[in-house]
Amino acid sequence: MDEISQLRLRKAIQNGLPLTQQPYLTLAQELGLTEDQVMQTINDWQDDGMIKRFGLVVKHHTLGYKANAMVVWDIPADKVDEVGELLSLCDAVTLCYQRPRQLPEWNYNLFSMIHGQDRDTVLQQLADIIEQNGLSGFRNDVLFSYKLFKQCGGQYVQASTEKLSKSSVSQGATL
Amino acid sequence: MNLLEQQLIDEYQKGLPVCSRPYLEMGNRLGASESEVVSALARLKENGMLSRIGPVFNHKKAGASTLAAMAVPEDELAAVAERVNAFEGVNHNYAREHKFNLWFVVTAPDQGQLQTALKEIELSGGYKVMSLPMVKSHFIDLGFKVKWQ
Repeated sequence: MDEISQLRLRKAIQNGLPLTQQPYLTLAQELGLTEDQVMQTINDWQDDGMIKRFGLVVKHHTLGYKANAMVVWDIPADKVDEVGELLSLCDAVTLCYQRPRQLPEWNYNLFSMIHGQDRDTVLQQLADIIEQNGLSGFRNDVLFSYKLFKQCGGQYVQASTEKLSKSSVSQGATL
Repeated sequence: MNLLEQQLIDEYQKGLPVCSRPYLEMGNRLGASESEVVSALARLKENGMLSRIGPVFNHKKAGASTLAAMAVPEDELAAVAERVNAFEGVNHNYAREHKFNLWFVVTAPDQGQLQTALKEIELSGGYKVMSLPMVKSHFIDLGFKVKWQ
């Protein structure tokens, strides 16, 4: 499949599959491809890691996980890989990334996310994580969210994407 | 939420079937009909339980992305958030309890367009953007384990 078709397919699925009996066929018909081409390409993307997960993407907040804390840590360079691994193994932690510090206003280089039913639950989970992994010596900060302004999938292929700008991409009903 | 809806969330945050009739195959595995699966998914979507059914792309392979933050006076926050959201590349945007109180993810087809978008967002938002691109991931995304009550 050529590069433009691949970009058009990515744009078509980045906001979800259609809820038709044969969603891959529906996509294929919109894009002028065959159902097999669509399925093969999605499988290839899963194999090569372009797609890291393919399935239902939940909204934590509506599912009752009202408290969402970004817990950020200041970890020395020689320890950050180890602490990152420890955090990623904790059940309560739903994301764990290293990011750069931006001194002087931002001192934290390890980011983790905890979703919980409420604020107290999240703080208790964090206290347990710190105790069980011996992290009390590292500075951290807890940034609870208090308003959600936008939540959707990453829009990697955009209207401005050069190769697509001349070809129209049909917008089917998406889920 | 009914049992089928819970099962769909438990079983299909990853490994959605890639075959001609995926909703039929999901139904076969969960003891439901194809149309029951489609209705359940439509309901979950309608009720705001799902963001979508589809791919979570790898940030690094799919394009360029970063986590960005702004420090905004509280009384301007909603208005600034709205201006930031107007950008197609902004996909998550939260108010958080910190001096940096607006946190959003920006994605773009490539690094050059990402930097351009960040500059435009800064200009439109009216406050300096702090960009914190991912250096390393320690996390394998297998979906979110919901504890049903």
